[in-house]
Amino acid sequence: MSTKEQRIGEIVAGHAQTEGALLPILHDVQAQFGCVDGESEALIAHGLNLSRADVHGVVSFYHDFHDHADSRPEVQICRAEACKARGVEALMQAATKAAGDRVKLHSVYCLGLCSVGPAARVGDRLHARLDRAGLVQVIEAAR
Amino acid sequence: MIVRISDDALARAVGADELATAFADKGHEVQRVSSWGMHWLEPLVEISGIGWGPVTLGDVDAIIDGGADAICIGPIAAHPFIARQQRLTFARAGKTRPTSLEDYAATGGWDGLKRARQIGGARIVEEVTQSGLRGRGGAGFPAGIKWNTVAQTIGAQKYIVCNADEGDSGTFADRMLMEGDPFQLIEGMAIAGEAVGADQGYIYVRSEYPDAIRKLKAALALCGAIIAPFRCEVRVGAGAYVCGEETSLLNSLEGKRGEVRAKPPLPAIQGLFGKPTVVNNVLTLAAVPHILADGGSAHYGAQGMARSKGTMPIQLAGNLKYGGLFETAFGITLEQLVHEIGGGTESGRPVKAVQVGGPLGAYLHPDQFDIRFDYEEYTAADALIGHGGITVFDDSADMGAMARFAMEFCAAESCGKCTPCRIGAVRGVEIIDRIRDGGRAADAVESQPVMHNAPKSGRLPEQEIELLTDLCETMKFGSLCALGGFTPYPVMSALKNWPGDFMPGSEGAVAKVLDRNQA
Repeated sequence: MSTKEQRIGEIVAGHAQTEGALLPILHDVQAQFGCVDGESEALIAHGLNLSRADVHGVVSFYHDFHDHADSRPEVQICRAEACKARGVEALMQAATKAAGDRVKLHSVYCLGLCSVGPAARVGDRLHARLDRAGLVQVIEAAR
Repeated sequence: MIVRISDDALARAVGADELATAFADKGHEVQRVSSWGMHWLEPLVEISGIGWGPVTLGDVDAIIDGGADAICIGPIAAHPFIARQQRLTFARAGKTRPTSLEDYAATGGWDGLKRARQIGGARIVEEVTQSGLRGRGGAGFPAGIKWNTVAQTIGAQKYIVCNADEGDSGTFADRMLMEGDPFQLIEGMAIAGEAVGADQGYIYVRSEYPDAIRKLKAALALCGAIIAPFRCEVRVGAGAYVCGEETSLLNSLEGKRGEVRAKPPLPAIQGLFGKPTVVNNVLTLAAVPHILADGGSAHYGAQGMARSKGTMPIQLAGNLKYGGLFETAFGITLEQLVHEIGGGTESGRPVKAVQVGGPLGAYLHPDQFDIRFDYEEYTAADALIGHGGITVFDDSADMGAMARFAMEFCAAESCGKCTPCRIGAVRGVEIIDRIRDGGRAADAVESQPVMHNAPKSGRLPEQEIELLTDLCETMKFGSLCALGGFTPYPVMSALKNWPGDFMPGSEGAVAKVLDRNQA
């Protein structure tokens, strides 16, 4: 039995008492392996007695789940209305340049910091009141 | 010396953690409290009721010596921004440590739940109904009536679901409440459980709020015995905006795709796992402990205007000088909110537009700023108060681009269940692009002689505007939920108020189309 098979089995078993366990399971799998790939989908489907199509439908519906792992650090930049009103769009060119191929930039729609935008998130660390230099610094410091 | 610094995510994003460490390193006791909601002053440092903000690491020594007068705001509670508010739901903001049971109990915590248990389910529902509390998520449905439906429905298992999927840009009150006063939300859910006979609750939080998730889990671990036999669990969303819609949220909780369900059946009758379910927003449930405390429902119901009773935590966001949380009774005008309280734009340029109610809310023109904060007044103006977020734009905003973004956002976030939303939003982006490009020429297929009915000259921008108006009409009345149904609000309000941003000189053409559609 591969370690992945074993680990996913444990995750599924750990949620045996959870009502509507699929999302919590997917979050755990994603946290563990950085993605929910086809193999994981099949294993989860088997564990929950669902069809693989059911699981794939759920995985592909939500923005948070990815089908392959990306080892690059991710910087989330809020580009929703409030941050647009505070000028995030004018920073995007510099941000893309600073990120290059090393950092993955991900546009998100609202981090809940709407009065102090532009805002960004790296892991669980939030940054606000970003100007061009500030955002570039956040991107360059992302590990 | 006790130094109080907020541990709200916003304060942390602008350096509160580093400040707390700096004060602790100097040998002072640092208490991490909730945020007062004066966001332009964060990170705010409080010592014996006096505040300094925004504080940088360089100010620490001066503050300890009692100096730093330039950033001192005096007694925080007397600050005009705070003194003007009527804080009921956010009564503890800035004053208590979020996950301290001691602080919560010392400020009237659990009083509502104790009284609720004494008076029983029927009286609870009655008092919530009397208070006039309406759903704060956006729909404004009376909470008491919803609770009554669940209470009257027979079922061995019922659920209380808290909708904490606060995806609207320009809103952050749910986040602040979950991070700053999690016990109040949990108490409100326990009271709801008592009222309708439910013993299981779920709080569905969006994954973009890691701090709120952490604090809710910590709070639940501490108060399990107090709320028992009611049980409550935190569930984390996965980045789908549409899951803020109640039926989509229920599907997501069940472990399915977050697709919207057709109503009826109402969730109150067949909700989570087909069982009777109360689905309420964070702010609705958090208002309940106050209402259930002695004399609370009469006090709450005495605030506000017309059919909008009580207080609304309004969120001042976007390009505003004084952004933050402003809880006040219904009836305040937009003029007061934007200029008197918000201080106008931060950039110092004139206000061009204000979007009220998140991405699905209408863009209001400064000419409309005498509108009062009230569910019915906004509906009458083809706008909505939604979750109470106000996003201000200065005159550099391109409203044509904002309208396009509204459609683009709807296309990206549509759950795909109904056609007007799934396809309409994509077509909406295309039409707006064509208007901004000055119409379109006939394509190769349309130019074929065999295409008798196709216009040979392509479409003029005026015709595209007509098409957009028609599409918005279809989306508004044909969509299953608010995502497709309300996306026309920002689009049409932008088109109506700033037609020049779509196409210079199109004012006359737009007015003609709108008149024809209203006739």
